[in-house]
Amino acid sequence: MSEKPTSTGWLERAGTVNGIVYTLWALCALLIAAEFIYHKHPYFGFDGWFGFYALAGFGAYCVIVFSAKGLRRLIARDEAYYGEEDDG
Amino acid sequence: MVEWLVNPALVVMAGGLLAMMAPRAWLGALAVTLPALGLMLLWQLPTGTYAPATLFGLDLVTIRIDGLSRIWATIFHIAGGLAGLYAWHVRDRLQHAAALVYAGAGIGAVLAADLVTLFIYWELTAIASVFLIWARGTARSYRVGMRYLVIQIISGLLLMAGAIIHYRATGSLAFDHLGLETPGGWLIFLAFGIKCAFPLLHNWLQDAYPEATVTGTVVLSVFTTKLAVYALARGFAGEEILITIGATMTAFPIFFAVIENDLRRVLAYSLNNQLGFMVVGIGIGTEMALNGAAAHAFAHILYKALLFMSMGAVLYRVGTIKASELGGLYKSMPLTAVFCIIGAMSISAFPLFSGFVTKSMILTAAAVEHHWIAWLVLLFASAGVLDHSGIKVPFFSFFHHDVGHRVPEAPWNMLAAMGTTAFLCIAIGVYPAPLYAILPFAVDYAPYTAAHVITQLQLLLFAALAFTTLFRNGWYPPEVPALNLDTDWLYRRLAPTLLARIRSVTGDSMEALGTLAANTGRRGLALTRRVYQPDGVFAKPWGTGIMTLWVAALLAAYLLFYFG
Repeated sequence: MSEKPTSTGWLERAGTVNGIVYTLWALCALLIAAEFIYHKHPYFGFDGWFGFYALAGFGAYCVIVFSAKGLRRLIARDEAYYGEEDDG
Repeated sequence: MVEWLVNPALVVMAGGLLAMMAPRAWLGALAVTLPALGLMLLWQLPTGTYAPATLFGLDLVTIRIDGLSRIWATIFHIAGGLAGLYAWHVRDRLQHAAALVYAGAGIGAVLAADLVTLFIYWELTAIASVFLIWARGTARSYRVGMRYLVIQIISGLLLMAGAIIHYRATGSLAFDHLGLETPGGWLIFLAFGIKCAFPLLHNWLQDAYPEATVTGTVVLSVFTTKLAVYALARGFAGEEILITIGATMTAFPIFFAVIENDLRRVLAYSLNNQLGFMVVGIGIGTEMALNGAAAHAFAHILYKALLFMSMGAVLYRVGTIKASELGGLYKSMPLTAVFCIIGAMSISAFPLFSGFVTKSMILTAAAVEHHWIAWLVLLFASAGVLDHSGIKVPFFSFFHHDVGHRVPEAPWNMLAAMGTTAFLCIAIGVYPAPLYAILPFAVDYAPYTAAHVITQLQLLLFAALAFTTLFRNGWYPPEVPALNLDTDWLYRRLAPTLLARIRSVTGDSMEALGTLAANTGRRGLALTRRVYQPDGVFAKPWGTGIMTLWVAALLAAYLLFYFG
């Protein structure tokens, strides 16, 4: 791969990235605030707990990402493992 | 006029024959217009069964139009046309012909009202589609294609064996609800399960799809697996085992997708995960659940094709689709990036995008029927979808750090295909009524309630928050070049290794082997005489179903031993 000099695009500037992340935090705060106003109709009970979906999203995501390290150790091999590397 | 010729499937397949002869400049136009013509014909056909035909004394019904087959045939035509537009620039006759015959066979299988017609089209999808892999023209794609073909043919043979046994037991070849009460039913279930990429039967999908051509993968992503979902909905709706199978399918591919470096392979795992949602819906089997499965198949075909199109465009322009070698492409390919994000938001089921109005029908149906474990797994899987398809695919290709690729934007026809597909993804999300109107059953479901919008946004945005937190702290696994073992290890490594061991032991003493062969030959001759004599085993009438099973077993053995 030929590495060419790269220009810093608007999406790579720290300001933009921070802006996106802070916006996300603000939206999440709003969604937690929304817990107090919308009418819940849970199917099971536990899905009506305060912030259930928020916790489920955050928790599930962390579980998936943290599983990656162990899984890689278990099943990741060199690209040439089967002797079928890219040939075009 | 012969009635059975008036079949949308044959219209589309005729396009495949034309593609072998027409001037190359017409190929793109053929690939778009034939599916469009087929779609117009489809909607001219009122509900009912048509086009009887006779084959070897069997009465076949080659067309059945009802709610279930019509929605599937409709999306197959639409997706076929869009894939044709995406491949407009391709001058390879074989790819266009294969794509059209494959699409037509998929449509024919969905419209089939009997198991023999289904079998014929089922095998045709296998044979036509493998050319989309071989068209890559590499030694690797040849081997991958062979593996793919063998597994697809095994599925077909199981279907045939099951159909014969089912026919002998019931006297009927009708392709209606089959159920799991008979051995024939189980064989057919297994045949559908292979094509539907059930857990442990799934790996042909991730092995083969990423190795097809840029345009071929888009076509492949549409038909085979969704044909299997349709077949399950037709033959096995309400079989509870499908809830377990489907829930497993939504969950396990997520873990493979997180560590996979080839972004088209990430999408193949993601496809497997999306099939799981549909399979759960079919297992629940209520009207709402089946509507959900059908609606989700419709939406999924579009956003999955869109995602494969965008990654195909990257592969086409950059020459690689490995996450570890990509990044910053939003500067060179801004439109492709936007279309990819629309596909990512649709599959993640953000409000106003297609996945939101379809996937939720399946989750609601699971909740209404009190399947709380399956429901929790689907919720977990929904967060997983956000990771691999919602964030990973667009982030590592178009954003992340700029690795310096400076390439032109995708060709006009790819942009047109992606733009149209993206438009449909948003249109379904914003205004789902037309899609709901063509579902198999009347719809009593409102996706846009305050609770649904808020809880879904909570799930997705907090998962996204987890991503930013983990990523900025360096806890997100880096993209590294690697190959990940899956069940294909059994026939790509274990079986050949065992076989080589056996060979090395026996190979040392060729003489002993020679004697053994001679003795075996003599005994074999005696055995042959015994089984072929008038009251021998081979003189008795054998069930064709059993013979077909043996052929399937032989092919499976071939798969295990050939790829050493």
